[in-house]
Amino acid sequence: MQVRTEQKMTWTGAAKLVDPQVSIRFGAFFVAENRLRNMAKWWLSIIAFGLGNPSLYLLSIGIGVGSLVDSSLGPNAIDHVSYLTFLAPALLASAGIQGAMDEVTWPTMEGFVWDRTFFSMNATSITGKQIVSGILMAAMTRCVLQVFLYEICLLAFGAITWQSIPILLLVSATAGFGFSAIMLAFSASIKDDDGVFALVGRFIITPMFMFSGTFYPITSMPIYLQWIGWVSPQWHATNLGRALSYGSPVETWLIVIHWSLMLVLAVIGITWANRVFESRLAK
Amino acid sequence: MPKDVREDASTEAMITATGLTKKYGDFIAVDGVNFTVTRGEAFGLLGPNGAGKSTTMKMIAATSQRTGGELVILGKDPNTQGPEIRAHLGVVPQQDNLDRELKVWENLMVYGRYFGLSRKFLKGKIEELLEFAQLGEKRNSKTEELSGGMKRRLTIARGLVNEPEILLLDEPTTGLDPQARHILWDRLFRLKEQGVTLVITTHYMDEAEQLCDRLMVMDKGKIMAEGSPAELIKKYSSKEVLEVRFGSDNNAVVAEKLKGIGERLEVLPDRILIYAESGEKCLEQIVKLGLEPVTSLVRRSSLEDVFLRLTGRTLVE
Repeated sequence: MQVRTEQKMTWTGAAKLVDPQVSIRFGAFFVAENRLRNMAKWWLSIIAFGLGNPSLYLLSIGIGVGSLVDSSLGPNAIDHVSYLTFLAPALLASAGIQGAMDEVTWPTMEGFVWDRTFFSMNATSITGKQIVSGILMAAMTRCVLQVFLYEICLLAFGAITWQSIPILLLVSATAGFGFSAIMLAFSASIKDDDGVFALVGRFIITPMFMFSGTFYPITSMPIYLQWIGWVSPQWHATNLGRALSYGSPVETWLIVIHWSLMLVLAVIGITWANRVFESRLAK
Repeated sequence: MPKDVREDASTEAMITATGLTKKYGDFIAVDGVNFTVTRGEAFGLLGPNGAGKSTTMKMIAATSQRTGGELVILGKDPNTQGPEIRAHLGVVPQQDNLDRELKVWENLMVYGRYFGLSRKFLKGKIEELLEFAQLGEKRNSKTEELSGGMKRRLTIARGLVNEPEILLLDEPTTGLDPQARHILWDRLFRLKEQGVTLVITTHYMDEAEQLCDRLMVMDKGKIMAEGSPAELIKKYSSKEVLEVRFGSDNNAVVAEKLKGIGERLEVLPDRILIYAESGEKCLEQIVKLGLEPVTSLVRRSSLEDVFLRLTGRTLVE
């Protein structure tokens, strides 16, 4: 008879091994670490999709339509800059919003419904609030990287100057932060996808992109369409980016509104998400 | 470990529940239960679906707050010190919630990181856990490539990454084939030998008998009985059980004629159970009455019989 022998596990015991204070202080970073590890599996797709869409807009609208606009209206007809320069802050804002949003929608469904990984996190010292913070940290990492890479492309095409890279990065990331916080709370509130995200894409993201002064100043639109821009972080980031990168004339009070709205969205989103996460994990 | 320390430790209360209650609106999921789990014990919560086992488990896991009574885990109150308690628990949920995108070893790594454990420590620990779970060859596989039994073993290994003081297992073998169940029982038995306190919910009586030192039988949120498997069987059942079948249409009619045979009779839709000191003697008496069962079986009493006696229902319906 063959007797199988196995080595006993070394066992210090959690009482000595685990200091709860470490997770209580740094739990959000451990959640972010997990999300980044997950993202690393998809790095090629993330870069391809993150840069693919905005790059197509850059080539087709920025350069294609841009040359038509510049030749018809003159080289500096809109905001006294080339059409490509006028368009660049809007494309960056869009890249920031999209990048951050992708990292809070599907992973949240995965965490609560498909794989229930949020419940496994919560079985450790990690709290619902820490999961919210960790996911947003990872989403913002992706957002910043995506925007930065896109800025390099825009720089290569002469759409932005290298001096405007930091401020445009900050503006686009703030837009991504505000919008993704809201989308995180929203995603955590739904029980199953059932096409909800497709609806969000069609009826929120696309109109937000089209009617937020992305391709032309918001004031060129009829007043009954302008409200879409007023409530959209895309417009606030675009207008702010134009003001701070190439000096588009924007009143100081409006600049304050632009920053405030994006940050208020973030505060509302985080508060709402914290509440939903805590209650859903406790069930 | 020195003998005297182990003896002292064995009486140490790891979990104490007093009048523990959980309500969801008007529905009472757990209704004022009292129990204590001591260090190194394998404690089982036995009951059918909806008995309140999983709800009790979630409260012990410090993820669901009680709505009444007292609960002390590792000397702390889970309603106010959840993260501190969870840092020293291991949890194996009913449904495997592994990270599909990550490899087997990565699942252990990220889980260990949630406890704030260093990568250096985890590197060695992961090797031990993979060996324990017999998953060494699968270390670089994605979890979706694993069989049900392997996923379960990985989930158990994951629950051990912080070397927990208490390991909570919610229906650990539900949905597994018999071979996979036996492998798991073997692993859990090893943990028990290692001195880990186990709290297990199950609706499988054989699992409860195999693994648990002490059981709490639950039904409709209440404790029906408590004791070791042998004590419960002795208290609530007879030594042997005779199972006879006369055909689904005839069982109820024949049961009338069997009154007086054995200590007690239970009529189920498909068979009649006769509880007695000797099943063979009861069978002889039935034959003497001129009755011929389609099938007959004499077996020893089990927890299933205890549960039937206490609730009038079978465990797996």
